[in-house]
Amino acid sequence: MDATPVIEARGLTKTFGSGPNAVTALRGIDLQVEAGELLLLVGPSGCGKTTLISVMAAILRHDQGRCQVLGADLAAMPDRERVAFRRDNIGFVFQAFNLIPSLPARLNVAVPLLLQGRSHPAALAAADAMLAEVGLGERRHALPGQLSGGQQQRVAIARALVHQPRLVVCDEPTSALDHATGEQVMTLLRAIARQPGRGLVIVTHDSRVFHHADRIAAMDDGRVVGIGPPPAVASAH
Amino acid sequence: MNRIALLMLFGNRSTVVGMLLGVGFAALLIALQGAIFTGVLNRTVALLHDTRGLPIWVMDPTVQYIDDVKPLDDAELTRVRSVAGVAWAAPLYKGILRARLPDGSYQACVVVGLDGASLAGAPPEVTPDQLEALRRPDAVLVDRVGAAAKLAQPDGRGGKRPLAIGDTLELNDRRAVVVGFCSVSRTFTGQPTIYTTWDRARQFALRERRQMSFVVAAPAPGTSAAEAARRITATTGLLALPREDFLWLTVRYYLKNTPIPVNIGIGVVLAFVVGTAITALTFAGFVQNNLRYLGALKAMGATNALLLRMTAIQALVVGVVGFGAGVGVASFIGHALRRTELAFITTWQLLALDGLAVLLIIVVTALLSLRAVFRLEPAVVFRS
Repeated sequence: MDATPVIEARGLTKTFGSGPNAVTALRGIDLQVEAGELLLLVGPSGCGKTTLISVMAAILRHDQGRCQVLGADLAAMPDRERVAFRRDNIGFVFQAFNLIPSLPARLNVAVPLLLQGRSHPAALAAADAMLAEVGLGERRHALPGQLSGGQQQRVAIARALVHQPRLVVCDEPTSALDHATGEQVMTLLRAIARQPGRGLVIVTHDSRVFHHADRIAAMDDGRVVGIGPPPAVASAH
Repeated sequence: MNRIALLMLFGNRSTVVGMLLGVGFAALLIALQGAIFTGVLNRTVALLHDTRGLPIWVMDPTVQYIDDVKPLDDAELTRVRSVAGVAWAAPLYKGILRARLPDGSYQACVVVGLDGASLAGAPPEVTPDQLEALRRPDAVLVDRVGAAAKLAQPDGRGGKRPLAIGDTLELNDRRAVVVGFCSVSRTFTGQPTIYTTWDRARQFALRERRQMSFVVAAPAPGTSAAEAARRITATTGLLALPREDFLWLTVRYYLKNTPIPVNIGIGVVLAFVVGTAITALTFAGFVQNNLRYLGALKAMGATNALLLRMTAIQALVVGVVGFGAGVGVASFIGHALRRTELAFITTWQLLALDGLAVLLIIVVTALLSLRAVFRLEPAVVFRS
């Protein structure tokens, strides 16, 4: 088993804008996510959670500090390499699902594989298998508009996992869902996303799902102010 | 991802319809206006199209176009015949004469008088028998469209019937007998065309000191029409032009001295501008509505080059379908109205220009939209 941490961040800082309008979103973040771990990032709005996962997912560049993802130094990567790195190694689950409305579920799920250059039939076969795994095999031809919110998020999860990424980042995956559906989605994520060698980072406000995490990192004002197992962090924050 | 791009496009019907309307409308109007423009210009040189066997046209040096007839002295015919490199030369009459119809009404007609010996410049689609009959006394050939419409005769039942062989007309009070029919190109003014011999045309025409409209000639074997024309000009001081050059002289005159190009040009420019505006605005709206999905694609590893390709494919498909629909409708209109006075000619050059205009529309459209796509930060997907 590869013992390299999925994410290793040291002293990460990120500031948007300059001069008097500058907003510092990250103020020296130290964080490590181990392979096979499910980490929740929690904190009030504007505390820097979204900026942090954007940096860790190689979408935003940080200003200072070191951020290694899957052993690769993100700061040293040129933009072109970062795009390829995201494509091959990272799965995304978005708060608003962001499923393309005119594509049936199986094509939405196949997108990451098509981006990798896989043939259409092979990508669709893998997408069908993934949809079956999230319990939507029968609805693979349905358009997103024909699915419930929970089903759409399951399709989004299938899309995030279909190319077997080693890091999955989820932004508020349950915030658009009712409690029962949110619980199902988290259970699904925990069951099929959390695998040996794969790290799972979830940004959430939803305290009802805290118990699914291996660890929780609490953030405030651009800093990690507490990190540990769910009961300890939940009681402290 | 090409299929994804097309599904994204066709999944949004209002976008597709809007863009197809924009491109199709522009392609249709440009094709229509262009075909009408070509058709109108083509009618100005109808006689030159119908007399392909006359390689050289000799005329007064001040002639600006084919209807700008400035009669020559008969002696010029002999001078042209004497030029080295000229195989033969013949007189040609072209004028507009009044025909009196049996019901007493008058109809202006284009009368073409051919050399009686050679009948050089005979009209198209006339049978040899009927052409030979032109040598009979008072004989004329009449164009079929004119014979069926503007020169139609009373049928005795209160209606009209097309002219028939043996019918008579009066041209400037002189009797003319129809001995046959020909098919000629439509003329700019839409008047019927009557062919006769040079001598008879002179009798039909009002007496003038000079009556020879043109001398038509052919180069001797081994001499080009251009070279023979150059020699005729040098020797006689007359303007001698190969048929093709005379055709372009006439076309250039109409382009320069009539409102045709400006009127039609305004229509073409408006079609282009309106088509571009509709297409670009619709496509920009489509891209704007899809920014979050494009952002998601970027986050998942789609490069700008891939998004450029996807956008280009979407725009190209709209362009090709819109162009096909526009040109198709234009062609249908032209075909449906082919028996009317509509001047309508589509050439490959016209289609190529139309295609170029459509290409320009979709390139402008795609470029305007791509700016938003290229500037899109993938991090936008994490903002709810």
